[in-house]
Amino acid sequence: MTVPSVPPTLSGKRPSKLFKNWMAKMASLPMILTALVVFVGGTAWTVTYSFTGSRMLPRTKWVGLDQYERLWSSDRWIISITNLGIYGICSLILTLFIGFTLAACLDRKIRFEGVFRSIFLYPFALSFVVTGLAWQWILNPDFGMQSVVRDWGWTAFSFDPLNNPDIVMFGLLIAGIWQGSGLIMCIMLAGLRGIDEDIWKAAKVDGIGTVKTYIMVVIPMMRPVFVTALVLIAAGIIKLYDLVVAQTGGGPGLSSEVPAKYVIELMFRAQNLGQGFAASTMMLCSVGIILIPWAYLEFGGRKRG
Amino acid sequence: MSKILKSALLGTALTAATATAVMAEGVELEVTHWWTSGGEAAAVAKFADAWNATGNTWVDGAIAGSGGTARPIIISRIIGGDPMAATQLNHGRQAEELIEAGLLLDLTDVAEAGGWAEIVNPSSLLDACTLDGKIYCVPVNIHSAQWIWLSHAAYESAGLDVPTDWNEFTASAGSLKEAGILPLAMGQQGWQQNIAFGAITLAVAGQEAWNGVNIDKNADVARGPEYTAAFEAVAAARDLAAESNVQDWNMATNLVITGQAGAQIMGDWAQGEFSVAEQVEGKDYSCLPGLGLNPVIDTGGDAFYFPVNDDPAITAAQKELAALLISPEVQVSFNLAKGSLPVRGDIDMSTANGCMQKGLEILANGGVLPSGDISFSQDTTLQIEDLQAQFWSSDMSAADAQAAYADIIANAD
Repeated sequence: MTVPSVPPTLSGKRPSKLFKNWMAKMASLPMILTALVVFVGGTAWTVTYSFTGSRMLPRTKWVGLDQYERLWSSDRWIISITNLGIYGICSLILTLFIGFTLAACLDRKIRFEGVFRSIFLYPFALSFVVTGLAWQWILNPDFGMQSVVRDWGWTAFSFDPLNNPDIVMFGLLIAGIWQGSGLIMCIMLAGLRGIDEDIWKAAKVDGIGTVKTYIMVVIPMMRPVFVTALVLIAAGIIKLYDLVVAQTGGGPGLSSEVPAKYVIELMFRAQNLGQGFAASTMMLCSVGIILIPWAYLEFGGRKRG
Repeated sequence: MSKILKSALLGTALTAATATAVMAEGVELEVTHWWTSGGEAAAVAKFADAWNATGNTWVDGAIAGSGGTARPIIISRIIGGDPMAATQLNHGRQAEELIEAGLLLDLTDVAEAGGWAEIVNPSSLLDACTLDGKIYCVPVNIHSAQWIWLSHAAYESAGLDVPTDWNEFTASAGSLKEAGILPLAMGQQGWQQNIAFGAITLAVAGQEAWNGVNIDKNADVARGPEYTAAFEAVAAARDLAAESNVQDWNMATNLVITGQAGAQIMGDWAQGEFSVAEQVEGKDYSCLPGLGLNPVIDTGGDAFYFPVNDDPAITAAQKELAALLISPEVQVSFNLAKGSLPVRGDIDMSTANGCMQKGLEILANGGVLPSGDISFSQDTTLQIEDLQAQFWSSDMSAADAQAAYADIIANAD
């Protein structure tokens, strides 16, 4: 952090930059302190203790990189990050695609737009735990979708993702997208409404088709909206935890484990704080690897321009 | 002004004095535990009634969910400086660090006054409460995990006799499958699969090898031929449970109760489910300790710990409660309701049912093992559970699983 180095001037003619808007700065002081102590301080503490052999209670018994070695040789951790990768990529693409498509459909000035908007946004009002349980029941082979379709006569129909280790992540993905795409749709819709009517008129005059206008003209204009949506989706992916706990409990076996669950279980069930801290530090690093280049491109570029 | 102040002060002092007097008469103790199912709640009510009968007050702090949910809450309350007066934990190493940090009350004087060293059977239970020669917890019951539960209805519909040991069970499994019955019910959760793994290894690899791994933590034994045989037996059991797609243990028990599955390997707490379904031991279901091959049981269970408190009145009451929990009458009424075995051998449990009698007989004969909670840290336990979860849900070979298991044992603490 850089501290403004301008000393308060005694002349009084040109007040220091530090005291400019001092009321506003005073008001935001509690938040600045919270951010420093809770977020930065907490992060530093966690990273520091990830180099210790802390078990149930934090202790300064230094073990170097042992926790990280164990982490990366643990099957469960490797499974967890692979799962997060699969879920993350699919969820990012599908949520953006579905969200934008739904928004574009609603944007065509259809009837009962408000009703549809509420229906699509409704899942977002539910907690992940409710979503997870509901989809656990829907995907249950004995009571849910599979049995309903079989009752209709397709007796060979088989759809049982939650009990199949190979495709269980897609069972989670369905629930995640069902819940998340409504919000993205609303953000996209707001973005679409912000596009000037004249653009559409111009496109029409030039004889460009509707779909082509969306892809070639409207989407590039909606860049800030997409960035917002992207950040929201990415944050949701990294902290994926409650959905897994409610829907599969990480099973069958370890096949739907995720990093956040690894952290919680190691810290509180295995009573191994050091290992949990090492895993959460790795999560922080992964966020950093994605976020820093993006922030550089996004904000660094603007300054130059 | 000073007069007013004086009388005000006097009033406050009086109120405080009365408050202390009331405290001395009856102390409110908050007790946290995770006994929330029907039978468990009935059992904990026996404790509460006995405590309330002494003129004190039992403030029930039940935490819903299993130990895995409740334990972090309990521990963080103790660490965070908001301790309850008493709490359930599994005895063993779960509270080790709390004791080292000086957060739990030393009960040695109560134990000496009550002669716990003589009455607690098996004595390993008290050892599990002991650290550096001091006693920190009261064991209240014994639960063992090495049981197989067999459905008579399933075997009748397949036209077979009910097996009397694990070998007969595996031999009958093919016929059960042909009759459209799932041979082995298994909840797809690591801890349940670990229980099955523990019971099968004990039966197949024998007690000597089991001791070598679970007590001496000898990785060479875990790589040895006895364990190879055990892992192959577990892999065979995995095939028998392949169609079992339930998660929770009581759902798996329900498959046995309704005759949809032939058997389940589960701890003696499964008995509560059979009782609730009004099934009769020997007629509707059978239970075989040690899978019928090796009649030994482990002695896990529950114990009460008492966090250190500043208030001497509460400390005195905590010690009083500790003595009460292990008293003969309370032990009988609690364990009959809970379906678990009592921690003292000198009381009359003749009203217990058939499965409990089998367990009591084994206890009396000394066929006891330390439980996983006692020999392994939580960290090691979770690693083994993870391995079992992975092994049971995939087609991992027995040899690979054995190698991974031996690595965990080599690094175990």
